[in-house]
Amino acid sequence: MKYEVKNVHELSIMEGVLKMVRDSAAQSNINKVHKINLVIGKLTMVLPDSMQFCFQVLSSQDELLQGAVLEIEERDIIIQCASCEQQSTLNDGFSFICPGCGASEVEIINGRELYLDYYEGDEC
Amino acid sequence: MVQINMESNLLGANDLVARRNRALFADKGLLVINLMSSPGSGKTTILERTIEFMDGRLKMGVIEGDLYTDQDALRIEKKGVEVVQINTEGACHLDAGMVGKAFNQLPSADLDMVFIENVGNLVCPAEFDLGEDFKAVVLSTAEGNDKPLKYPLIFHQARAILLNKIDLLPYTDFNLDRFREDLARINPSATVFMVSGRTGEGIENWYLWLLEEVEKKKPR
Repeated sequence: MKYEVKNVHELSIMEGVLKMVRDSAAQSNINKVHKINLVIGKLTMVLPDSMQFCFQVLSSQDELLQGAVLEIEERDIIIQCASCEQQSTLNDGFSFICPGCGASEVEIINGRELYLDYYEGDEC
Repeated sequence: MVQINMESNLLGANDLVARRNRALFADKGLLVINLMSSPGSGKTTILERTIEFMDGRLKMGVIEGDLYTDQDALRIEKKGVEVVQINTEGACHLDAGMVGKAFNQLPSADLDMVFIENVGNLVCPAEFDLGEDFKAVVLSTAEGNDKPLKYPLIFHQARAILLNKIDLLPYTDFNLDRFREDLARINPSATVFMVSGRTGEGIENWYLWLLEEVEKKKPR
């Protein structure tokens, strides 16, 4: 089987973002986009720098998106302990252990976010 | 200027197809495993051995992800199981859509278990749910014990972790204690198997564990 996919996963994810924006802009009569806001958790394998690069590459030839700014809000990793319910920020990114009581059964509350929050543009 | 609120998940399209795959696998009572690792860690060798062991015990199918070649698929085919090749043409991961299409080419009515051998990569495949029952990650001793800390997401998500090439332990600087300590922080509930794909040492525990998992998935 053959597939048309690009070789950095950020590129295919960015293409998805721009498709969502284009579809929505067409529906909302927007002919110029100025800003796109993404939320990316720190426990994702999506690199903000790489997303910026892919955005530049993909938007530069597109009239709707030319000159638009990509804003990325990063979210910390926050875990909640299953036994003592304490919420804590995971600074090292890998110790999934409650710093309060030492229990290892924790739930990830924040950090897996990966979404297009909003975009701004001009109406026709 | 207007602001349009979207709140759209960037992997929403993939997650939707993954859910569809998962429902299909559940409907057939099939255990589906997403096998992941970096290149050269020994995924295909472990798969070959697993097929040999399962021969006569249960029916297995394999979906092989590879950038360009069908070398791994040919290795698997020689073992006498159904295999479907996906060439990602340079893409660093499999997605749920590719797996769904490949799965339709397998004679799934007869199967008990399907292995999806992902593209060798510890980064990108972690983000793409394929609809599998669980992820199994292979790490080889030659890669070093620091890999779980460097790629925490994939090791955090795995239900099974296979430390491969344990026959090479005396020739590497792999620190087994550190590896265990790190996993206790990243993923304390994972089942860890110490194996050698080359000599077969320790791999029987993996087979027996798989047989139990297949039984759990069977419709009552």
